[in-house]
Amino acid sequence: MSTLLQIRNLRKSYGALKVTDDVTLDIEEGELHAIIGPNGAGKTTLISQLSGQNPSDAGALIYQGEDIMRLSMAERVHRGLARSFQITSLLPGFTVLENVAMAVQARSGSSFRFFAQAAKEDELNRDAMVCLRRVKLADRADRLAGSLSHGEQRQLEIAVALATEPKLLLLDEPLAGTGHEESAALVELMRGMKRRHTVVLIEHDMEAVFALADRLSVLVYGRVIATGTPEEIRNNPEVRAAYLGEEAA
Amino acid sequence: MIALAPRTRLLAAALLFVLFALLPFLATALDDHFIVITATRVMVFAIAALSLDLILGYGALVSFGHAAYLGIGAYTVAVLSSNGVSDLGLQMLGAVLASAAFAAVTGAISLRTKGVYFIMITLAFGQMAFFFFVSLSSYGGDDGFTLQARSTLAGMALLEDDRVFFYVTLAALVLLFLFANALIGSRFGRVLTGTRENPLRMQAVGFTPFRYQLTAYVISGCMAGIAGVLLANQTEFVSPAFMTWHRSGELIVMVILGGIGTLVGGILGAAAFLMLEEWLAIFSEHWKLGMGALLILVVLFTRGGLTGLLRRFLGGRA
Repeated sequence: MSTLLQIRNLRKSYGALKVTDDVTLDIEEGELHAIIGPNGAGKTTLISQLSGQNPSDAGALIYQGEDIMRLSMAERVHRGLARSFQITSLLPGFTVLENVAMAVQARSGSSFRFFAQAAKEDELNRDAMVCLRRVKLADRADRLAGSLSHGEQRQLEIAVALATEPKLLLLDEPLAGTGHEESAALVELMRGMKRRHTVVLIEHDMEAVFALADRLSVLVYGRVIATGTPEEIRNNPEVRAAYLGEEAA
Repeated sequence: MIALAPRTRLLAAALLFVLFALLPFLATALDDHFIVITATRVMVFAIAALSLDLILGYGALVSFGHAAYLGIGAYTVAVLSSNGVSDLGLQMLGAVLASAAFAAVTGAISLRTKGVYFIMITLAFGQMAFFFFVSLSSYGGDDGFTLQARSTLAGMALLEDDRVFFYVTLAALVLLFLFANALIGSRFGRVLTGTRENPLRMQAVGFTPFRYQLTAYVISGCMAGIAGVLLANQTEFVSPAFMTWHRSGELIVMVILGGIGTLVGGILGAAAFLMLEEWLAIFSEHWKLGMGALLILVVLFTRGGLTGLLRRFLGGRA
């Protein structure tokens, strides 16, 4: 396994509050790396820094040997670094198929085309349908995204990220707010993504995290206090004191 | 915002255009030449409102300086014709180039802001254009400038005939509508509407919204510039009054009245606004009060302007 993303001494502060405090991590190619930590630990901020949505104050991000610190979010997406959002962020007035086709369009050819009708581009729709089948939303293709159930929207959120053909997928609490059955379906979906994509997963559902992750990092007050296999993390006394408590014992 | 199915939109537009095309015959039947002149004016403003709807309705870019392009188009006619270039096609080309330049520069700056700041900064640029022409004393300053004649077609003074000019304006409206209609269904249009709904989502799949918004802003400015060329020909006079911020506001009112983000709405709204203006003025010199009341009713009760209202009566789909 080679290292896909090297995070080096990454920092971010809001005023006096250090949200990301000297984070150094290696994300290995093909692994599912979960980042856990209590609320307010800075997990979403870290994802936003990795995806380019939020600028970092200091540090380095080396992705496939290239420094990507100064690249915009869109430029990082074109290099294969995609994210999903904790709070669902879709195009509610577009159909499910259009939501995914938009992501396909972004990576296939220029979008400065003014006359040909995008809805009739078979290639866009075909690739979009492949992604929808992967997340088992193919039968919802013609519905408006805004009319889907919460769980389905979470699935669509992942389908859109997959449609960018990411090498590294940053999933920000994909199970947030889902019911038991919905979350089981999403866990299955993520299990299917392992090996095909490198995944950084933020998740509060410890059952899901320990079932899926190859490695975990524990983030507390913006610092990584431990990184290791699920077994190592489970038995780490510092982690148990800071976060896991009795629940995971 | 109420989206029209593409087929409904085309059908509604086709119906409107046929109605427009028949108006000169009605004018003959009623022996009322004023109908042709009014209808031409309506179509000129329909083009301007259509162009504004493209960025306001589909891009959520509320430009409060759109009348500047009417003025730029109109003054292009004045400048070119007094320098010996009277051909309508060349004047339109000149207006498109001038509008594109103004839109590219002001858009690149304005689009760095959002929401109410975008409204304010486009207003400011509109006013700058207005005061530029007010101080342009070689073209009459704020008194305006009377054109010697209408533009020529293929070297002939065909547009002097109000009916020919009417059909030329109708042709411009139809072509620009078809252009805008194709545009919003294209890859480009999809990115523009996607950005209207959720810019963060668009960035997260790899788009840089600014490029698309700026391009749309320039295209919209060019279309309004063409309307300006026709407006100068219709009045045979150009004046900074074409580009006051009241006029920019009226264009917004037309789009809202007709239905935002429908394309057809811009045309309907321009017709409704100008007809109401004429009609209410018969009753009272305080006609603007009536217009205000009507606009409030439209915004509160129609959901989607006249287009939304019509669709509810006709039972079309959402």
